[in-house]
Amino acid sequence: MSASLRVGGIGRPADVEFTWQGRVLRAPAGESLAAALLAAGVRRLGEGPGAPRAAFCMMGTCQQCLLRVDGALAQACLVPVRAGLRAEPA
Amino acid sequence: MTCLTIYDVAVLGGGPAGMAAAAEAARRGARTVLLDENTRPGGQVYRAAPHGFRMPADPDRRAGEALRAELARSGAEVRTEHCVWGLGGGPLVPEGSPPEPFRIDALHAGATVTLAARALILCAGAQERIIPFPGWTLPGVIGLAAATILLKAQGVLPGRRVVVAGAGPLLYALAAKLLAGGAEVAAVADLATRVDWASTLPQLLLRPGLLARGLGWRAELLRRGVPVLGAHTAVRAEGGDVLERVWLAPLYGVRERAIACDALCIGHGLAPATEATRLLRAEHRYDRAAGGWVPVLDSDQRTSVPLLYVAGDGGGVRGAAAAPASGRLAALAALRDLGRLSARAHAIARWRARAERWRAAQAGAAMARLMSPPPSLAAVIPPETVICRCEGVTAAEIEAALADGATDVNQLKHFTRCGMGPCQGRLCGEAAAELVARRLGGREAAGVATGRLPLRPVPVDALLGTFDYADIPVPPPAPI
Repeated sequence: MSASLRVGGIGRPADVEFTWQGRVLRAPAGESLAAALLAAGVRRLGEGPGAPRAAFCMMGTCQQCLLRVDGALAQACLVPVRAGLRAEPA
Repeated sequence: MTCLTIYDVAVLGGGPAGMAAAAEAARRGARTVLLDENTRPGGQVYRAAPHGFRMPADPDRRAGEALRAELARSGAEVRTEHCVWGLGGGPLVPEGSPPEPFRIDALHAGATVTLAARALILCAGAQERIIPFPGWTLPGVIGLAAATILLKAQGVLPGRRVVVAGAGPLLYALAAKLLAGGAEVAAVADLATRVDWASTLPQLLLRPGLLARGLGWRAELLRRGVPVLGAHTAVRAEGGDVLERVWLAPLYGVRERAIACDALCIGHGLAPATEATRLLRAEHRYDRAAGGWVPVLDSDQRTSVPLLYVAGDGGGVRGAAAAPASGRLAALAALRDLGRLSARAHAIARWRARAERWRAAQAGAAMARLMSPPPSLAAVIPPETVICRCEGVTAAEIEAALADGATDVNQLKHFTRCGMGPCQGRLCGEAAAELVARRLGGREAAGVATGRLPLRPVPVDALLGTFDYADIPVPPPAPI
């Protein structure tokens, strides 16, 4: 994916660093973790029974974006990115 | 759980219905609390941008800001980042006991918080219905509403080259937004035909602003040369690790076409979120044109359970414009039933809200009708397709359970675990029910899943709190 998926013309806070499976990524502070991972090209968030897991509803309903965030289970679509956040598959 | 504050009115869900209901109740002097799981009120349609983001203004953002401002002025207590997982009290008391105030358990900052309220207004909204097809679980396939939220609230595109498919006005709203955001829209596949759309015109004429916006979206697609395929559906999504192409086919025909893309946004309409009314054992009925099973409501948004009200799309899909008026009516009815509003004051206050609700609900109902998917969609789901993603239940396993004698959606759950995973059937419930309905002769016969606690997954840590086994008072053993 060449150009950014982030739409222009929007005022965003400064980028902060967070990690996905130990890999350092950057996103504006406050962006939802699901959006930040998508914008970083991370779509496959884990393996479910019989199918891969990926953010699907973006509103906290489907539980497909469930990750381990700083050690606790959380839905990536409801978690805002902050500096130093550590995320990995659930 | 000692000496709870008892609120007069608790409102669950901070979308347009919930914001208006809480503001109306608080403004009239009721001790009111609003709970929502997001960081700011707004719901999905008026979803607020994250803190520190500056988004360009549009009609939706202005409508959302106006309701947020009204709520802030009203004096209602607003509890955001509260995920309600439990409801009790009210009618859920031992037989013969008098009704109690409603009890609300919410997860907040890793712990559980308990509140009590005399009247409860549920404004849970709707969730997107997806009728599965092969490949729908590939990363890159997301909901129509999901893509809208991603764009509106985060300013992030779901992909660079996008196919938009499914039903309803959101198809065109999203496609226009994707174009404006710099994505390429490879195609729009609409279950409805031009004739279906034309049949909604009388109702849409009551909302000229909305009609103009819709026509604007269509004009933009035409200008940019985006293929818009009426009576078409996505039959297959393919790719390796992630989505690479989507196959579209006419509803009545065989010619399939493959379209290369990195995102597919798909939704087959909206279904009211009824888990709370089902849990509280309110009476429900099936109304396909309103999105599915809905609580039975009177003209003031009262359910069959005393002091329990439903407003907004959770009571039947009628759209964002009708939601605030229904929220106000619910709040007024609650105040009347609590004895805080005279019959005369109630009659005067509800007149305007009723007129507003009626006007907005005409167009909303026409859109909801357009969004109800034909039962034939579920009929063509191939056996190997995963229906329940949480538990990995396929269409074939559902058919096998039905052949084994499952007689409704609850038995299907028991036989297969379909709908028993962390999403509790919110993603798969509609599709599974359509499969059951095909065998049993309709959705009424297929029934509705019994509402169960917890309403949302709760970490055991949060339930235990500071509890320790050593703290259990154990009486000394009796002498032998």
